[in-house]
Amino acid sequence: MDSLSFSAGAGEVTGFLGPNGAGKSTTLRMMLGLCEPSGGTVTVGGCAFRERRRGLRHVGALLDAGQVHPGRSAGAHLHALARSNRIGRKRVASVLEEVGLAEVAGRRAGGFSLGMRQRLGIAGALLGDPPVLLFDEPLNGLDPQGVLWVRSLFRRLAGEGRVVLVSSHLMAEMEHTADRLVVIGRGRLIAQESVAEFAARAAGAGVSVRTSDAVDARVLAGVLTAEGASVREVGGAGLRVTGISADRIAQLAFAHGLLLGELTTHAASLEQAFLQLTADSVEYPTGAP
Amino acid sequence: MTTETFPAAAAPAEPAARLRDLLAAEWIKLHSLRSTHWVLGVGALLVIGINVNSARSNASRLEHQPAVDPVNPDFRFDPLITAFVDPAWQILVILAGSVGALAVFGEYTTGLIRTTFTAVPDRRALLTAKAAVVAAVVFVFGTVVAGASFGLTQAILREHGGLSLGDPGALRAVAASALLAPLCALAGMALGALIRHATGTIVAVVGVLLLLPALFQGDTYRWVAEIGNMMPLSAWEVLVRNPESTFDPGKYPMTITEAWIVFAAWPLAAALVTLTAVHHTDL
Repeated sequence: MDSLSFSAGAGEVTGFLGPNGAGKSTTLRMMLGLCEPSGGTVTVGGCAFRERRRGLRHVGALLDAGQVHPGRSAGAHLHALARSNRIGRKRVASVLEEVGLAEVAGRRAGGFSLGMRQRLGIAGALLGDPPVLLFDEPLNGLDPQGVLWVRSLFRRLAGEGRVVLVSSHLMAEMEHTADRLVVIGRGRLIAQESVAEFAARAAGAGVSVRTSDAVDARVLAGVLTAEGASVREVGGAGLRVTGISADRIAQLAFAHGLLLGELTTHAASLEQAFLQLTADSVEYPTGAP
Repeated sequence: MTTETFPAAAAPAEPAARLRDLLAAEWIKLHSLRSTHWVLGVGALLVIGINVNSARSNASRLEHQPAVDPVNPDFRFDPLITAFVDPAWQILVILAGSVGALAVFGEYTTGLIRTTFTAVPDRRALLTAKAAVVAAVVFVFGTVVAGASFGLTQAILREHGGLSLGDPGALRAVAASALLAPLCALAGMALGALIRHATGTIVAVVGVLLLLPALFQGDTYRWVAEIGNMMPLSAWEVLVRNPESTFDPGKYPMTITEAWIVFAAWPLAAALVTLTAVHHTDL
């Protein structure tokens, strides 16, 4: 961890990304006072977490799923957690219901699948109805339905005005989950911006336009540049345009009497942007396949 | 330097933190593990069984013996010792130590400790509650085993001088045996907090509670004997000894008071080690 500084705001889902070994889990543990930074401070809600006597009402956290005793039933696990923070049995029943584990509450957690343990961990994070929620790789092991459920849960939690920080090493997961992204590599901050801004970093994003000839192409390039788009010439009559929508390009071309032979939007790949950004900070690079 | 700041959200309404809630939570945790029930249940039967069996074999041997031993006329049968057969209580030492150790290393090896400390960042309060619950449960276990061992063995030996709790040394022996269990459990917790691995901790429990007292024996060197006297099992042996018996205490004997001091010092030191170790551990 090196001079890492970022913030996550209330009311939005913040994706916390980085390659394996980038320090995501370590950062989350520091936030929770589980390990001490060698210098500096970590505060949650304006207070070092370890100063608090009870935590569940301040921060809900899912660190590695599996952090339950395999010999204990899901219900007993949550009941003990709740009891330590003076949270009643009713709340235990309602979070079990919410994550869909009510029917298996009496079964030992050791027999749970990874997906079920993730749900149990999420239930534990929700117990205290906290304003800040931290989830470390919550989508691991979930089936597609589970992934959809978790996403809508995160949306709802953020919609209720909470801080929701979700870590992942897979960009594709975050694409549909997060509003903002914090990307780290080797313990340093690489990017901190909205998903849309991040996507724009990806080479290959933008709109391909082909006009009937090179002269038309030059005219259109001038028009588009005047509109604030950035334009690159590709071949004789082709243009690569970013910073403007295909719709608007078509309107402008029509207004200037230019015939378009091709108008293709290239979806930005977050995955690509992520790979480009973190290429230098992969901790243990593999050989070429 | 690392800084994370979240906008200070309106502080959630929170009821006052009470130790009572932590005690209740730790009780739920201990009670909800089958292993606790198994270890304590089977352990109690085993220890009581060994003691009862020794009383039975002594009783049947005494049936067929003349009242006065022709070889050694000074010999008098000590009924108290049959309730406190060494191997049986060594098993109890290991079981109680393991229950204490398991309550701590079980949290580390499963990763549960992170969930626990996220719910209760006040680690010292949490460990205090855990130690109190484990010690109380194991004390009940020790009392049942000591009471049943004493009651059953002395009933079996009633024809041969079986004692009642009112006899000299009897109550002391039962109390010391009942207290031996929580002492060992707290020592187990301390070892669990220091080592945090299952196998290593159990090996250490056996090593510290059983092997160390066996190592520091004999009268050759005073310091060896005196270190031996500081061990819980040695102190226990002094406390369960029948004051009427003709046992030779050796060159460097331990007094009853010293034995009780050992019984008080170990749990206190163990609790201190546990709280300190857990407070400073990065997870």
